[in-house]
Amino acid sequence: MSSYTITPGSVGRQAREWVPAIAVFVLAIAVWQGAIAAFHIQQFLLPKPTAIVSAFWDQRHTLWPAGWYTFKEALGGFALGSLGGIAAATLIGRFRALGNALMPIAIAANAIPIIAFAPIFNAWFDPLSPNSKMAIAGVLCFFPVMVNTLRGLTSVSPRQIELMRSYAASDLTIWRRVRFPTALPFIFTALKVASVLAMIGAVVGEYFGGSYDALGVLIRSKAQILDFQTAWAGILVASLLGIALYLAVALTERAVVRWAPENRPS
Amino acid sequence: MTGVNVVEIQSVTKTFPAGNVTALENIDLTLTTGEFVSLIGPSGCGKSTLLRVIGDLIEPSAGTVTVNGKPAKQARGDHDYGIVFQDSVLFDWRTVAKNIGLPLELLGWDRAKRKQRVDEMLELVELGSFGEHYPWQLSGGMQQRVSIARALAFEPALLLMDEPFGALDEMTRERLNLELLSIWQKLASTVVFVTHSISEAVFLSTRVVVMSPRPGRIAGVVDIDLPYPRTVETREEPRYFALVTEVRELLRKRGEHLLPEEEAALTE
Ligand SMILES: Nc1ncnc2c1ncn2[C@@H]1O[C@H](COP(=O)(O)OP(=O)(O)OP(=O)(O)O)[C@@H](O)[C@H]1O
Ligand SMILES: [Mg+2]
Repeated sequence: MSSYTITPGSVGRQAREWVPAIAVFVLAIAVWQGAIAAFHIQQFLLPKPTAIVSAFWDQRHTLWPAGWYTFKEALGGFALGSLGGIAAATLIGRFRALGNALMPIAIAANAIPIIAFAPIFNAWFDPLSPNSKMAIAGVLCFFPVMVNTLRGLTSVSPRQIELMRSYAASDLTIWRRVRFPTALPFIFTALKVASVLAMIGAVVGEYFGGSYDALGVLIRSKAQILDFQTAWAGILVASLLGIALYLAVALTERAVVRWAPENRPS
Repeated sequence: MTGVNVVEIQSVTKTFPAGNVTALENIDLTLTTGEFVSLIGPSGCGKSTLLRVIGDLIEPSAGTVTVNGKPAKQARGDHDYGIVFQDSVLFDWRTVAKNIGLPLELLGWDRAKRKQRVDEMLELVELGSFGEHYPWQLSGGMQQRVSIARALAFEPALLLMDEPFGALDEMTRERLNLELLSIWQKLASTVVFVTHSISEAVFLSTRVVVMSPRPGRIAGVVDIDLPYPRTVETREEPRYFALVTEVRELLRKRGEHLLPEEEAALTE
């Protein structure tokens, strides 16, 4: 008798919620295709969706392995940056003085366009190895996760802390039982942002040089030889993988943070 | 059973450095086992502060608090008291049953023992079929009953309640008053109960402690000699009205320096 059982009705309702979005998407593609034909837009400015899809299909044996290579970099950076962010927030939340010293710097750092450091990271780490891309993706993920986690850890109600103290609970227990669960919705919000940033970091990092197996390198080199269909097909692969990572995080959130108002069964 | 001192407050003073407020000045109060003592007084007279000092959630600036013959800090370490706030302070990610079981988990009770006690508590507060619900699926009054069940689950010697029914409507409040009394009698616990309502204080308590503000002091203590069990009829007895008037007079007499709206709030 769990209140979370998915009834056929709720699946139907969810499917129906998607209908408008799908309709708009299909319409946009149709307008795109139609506009190119109608206004004779040049291939290198904007290829037809059908041309992109055919390149996507013809070159699937190079595109997908390249995408997978880049995806692994993004995933590595995402994991490192997010774990680092959560760990840093935990430390800062625990030691006030540390937070007072570091938070202004962290907030300033968060406002820096970190992606601009991509060439520098390529120089610091081996530009041909995945490490340099993982580093840039990791740094991109780190700041939003840290800032949000810290906000979550400190947004606990003072009453809840008092209640736990009345049970003589230790700081560690309070962290585990109250602060961390309170922070979870904040953490997942940040992880969704980070999942997108990780893919951006990896691809853009590769634009500044990387292994020939990498998607960013492929997109750039195809664009240079004016093979725009394939470049666009590469972007499509990057998008699909980015969306996949985002969805994986969002689904995990729905399974884990079931108590958040937006996830409550109505 | 009666006569043993559960709480001994000796010349307790509490000043908050912020704003240099003297929230409590020279408070002396002793509670014996099985007593139900209400603290009443205008807003800001230090009722919550006194409750927190008793529960060792804040330290007094001077004076001592002894609970069950131990310093308050040690009593807290020994899980000697349960606390209930005005809002229920439940954890949204835990079911009702798990919320009630939280203090038992922290005490290291095993699963079977925990489940048995939680089921008992659910019955006690008449929420038997709501164990697997989440707090946000309950009404405000039900949530407050969960938080009372949680405070009682480990049978603390002392129950500290800070306006537990303050946010509820009058009908729910009167029903929960009756429930609280029957629980209190069943468990023979000692209760410190903060309230703004004169009628609630008189109806529930064995003693009403009237406090006055700036600085927070005890203005007087009224013994409530109404017999238990108290019922709906108790509220219609002449003696009840006489006691309500006595408490009100005490509040008024000591409240010359009350702001008009504070006075209005107290005279309902
Ligand atoms: N943490 C604090 N820091 C500074 N001043 C405080 C603090 N807590 C309470 N005070 C002050 O102490 C006085 C007593 O506060 P307290 O909360 O005990 O009043 P109360 O009787 O519970 O009031 P109410 O009926 O409104 O809940 C108030 O003047 C308040 O401003
Ligand atoms: Mg108060």
